[in-house]
Amino acid sequence: MLLKRVVITGMGVVSPFGRGIENLMAALLTGKSGVVQVPALSEITGMRTRVAALATGVDPMEIPRKFRRSMSSMSIFATLACQDAAAMAGLSETQLQSGRLGVSVGSTIGSPQTMQEFFRDFGIDNSLERMKSTLFFHIMNHSCASNVAQALGVTGRILAPSAACSTSCHAVGYAAEMIGIGKQDFMLCGGADEFHPLTSGTFDIINAASTAFNDSPNRTPRPFDRDRDGIVCGEGSGILLLESLESAEQRGATILAEITGFATNSDPGSIANPNASCIADCMQQALDDARITPDQVDYVNAHATATEQGDIAECEAISRVFGSQTPTSSLKGHLGHAMAASGTLELAACIEMLRQGLLIPTLNLENIDPLCANVQHLPGITRLPVATIIKNNFALGGVNSSIILRRYQQ
Amino acid sequence: MTDQEIIEQINSSLAEEFEFDLGEMTPETTLFEDMGLDSLDVVDLVIVLETAFGMKIREEEAIRKIRTLGDIHNFVINKKRQMESA
Repeated sequence: MLLKRVVITGMGVVSPFGRGIENLMAALLTGKSGVVQVPALSEITGMRTRVAALATGVDPMEIPRKFRRSMSSMSIFATLACQDAAAMAGLSETQLQSGRLGVSVGSTIGSPQTMQEFFRDFGIDNSLERMKSTLFFHIMNHSCASNVAQALGVTGRILAPSAACSTSCHAVGYAAEMIGIGKQDFMLCGGADEFHPLTSGTFDIINAASTAFNDSPNRTPRPFDRDRDGIVCGEGSGILLLESLESAEQRGATILAEITGFATNSDPGSIANPNASCIADCMQQALDDARITPDQVDYVNAHATATEQGDIAECEAISRVFGSQTPTSSLKGHLGHAMAASGTLELAACIEMLRQGLLIPTLNLENIDPLCANVQHLPGITRLPVATIIKNNFALGGVNSSIILRRYQQ
Repeated sequence: MTDQEIIEQINSSLAEEFEFDLGEMTPETTLFEDMGLDSLDVVDLVIVLETAFGMKIREEEAIRKIRTLGDIHNFVINKKRQMESA
């Protein structure tokens, strides 16, 4: 339970549909896919998946070299998204640098691209003589959080939660708790990741990456569909600016939504395979944290990445907690799986769904898998007064997380 | 390489690495005040020069005394001459 009310006053988005929440929503509302063919993947021995959802609309040169030199793509995505979130919230430089604003931004790992470049060069002659001074700042686990703080002049707390696909729900949940107990007034929070073949390969070798739609990338991933065949990796950044309600009211900020609950738990049964009971426990704990009952939830924004086991386990968990009538969808069909960025990219879309009073269906869901038919899939864009949303994120490593988002009411 | 070719090679290598405008680079340009480099950049500057001219200079005492672009030009020209006569 949050001791102080925590609201959202800014959003920043870098996605396959470009920069900004407007571009993301325009794509989601017109059923666009961000998945494209990546020819370079076909040059890798053993790589069967050839598609990914790559970020667009990013100009790294917007960031001065002084800050950019320590950034890989993921930090560039995170920094631009944080700048946009702070701008949307109307924060001044003084507020950003007041010490009352913290950063909670994570990624799955440090930059795989920079690591590849270093080890490729290192392997030539076992030499460090060509190693750049800024290498470490690209590959450290808190690269995104630190680079954001440096670029924006943040002097408050720095958190760099890392739990693969649960990262950004963690980042938001821990940020909300930080504000909830009064340690910070504002938190820039979320996740970022950059695409690298290592990510696709990780899922490909465990037969969890999509391989059957390499020639028709817009048709994959296919969450909940009987013909789904796995994850499509993506990249980008989603950032929320959280703020205590009293701070937002004091400065007359536009309140976009409220975070009312967060839960995360560990599933020690398997480091790779999801478990419906653990997922259900996580969602129930989030409801308890928000002090609401399942019938008060209007929509479930599922993690659903289009893996066989994951989608079935999540549907089983949703049906146990909410029954079969609560509208449910996944945005992975549009966005692919942006890993550490996925949670907050999808939360940003959920905030807009609350504000616009509509729900977005799962792209590429054409024939519901009978084992996923125990929840209420959306047949199309559905207009209804949405007040409360639960957003799920689950990660390899057995890490579940859920966030409760509510339309702001005084 | 002539001295002028060495100078042009230095300037173009540094302009690419540190995103300088070639037109603003003169021998009097100071590395720290005018070009805004810091201690991390100096580490990379050494690597850029080592790569461009195929020489090892990291341990050279004279590196620490470099303050201007002209100092770099003179340092590299002298080093190249030493290498050629060795």
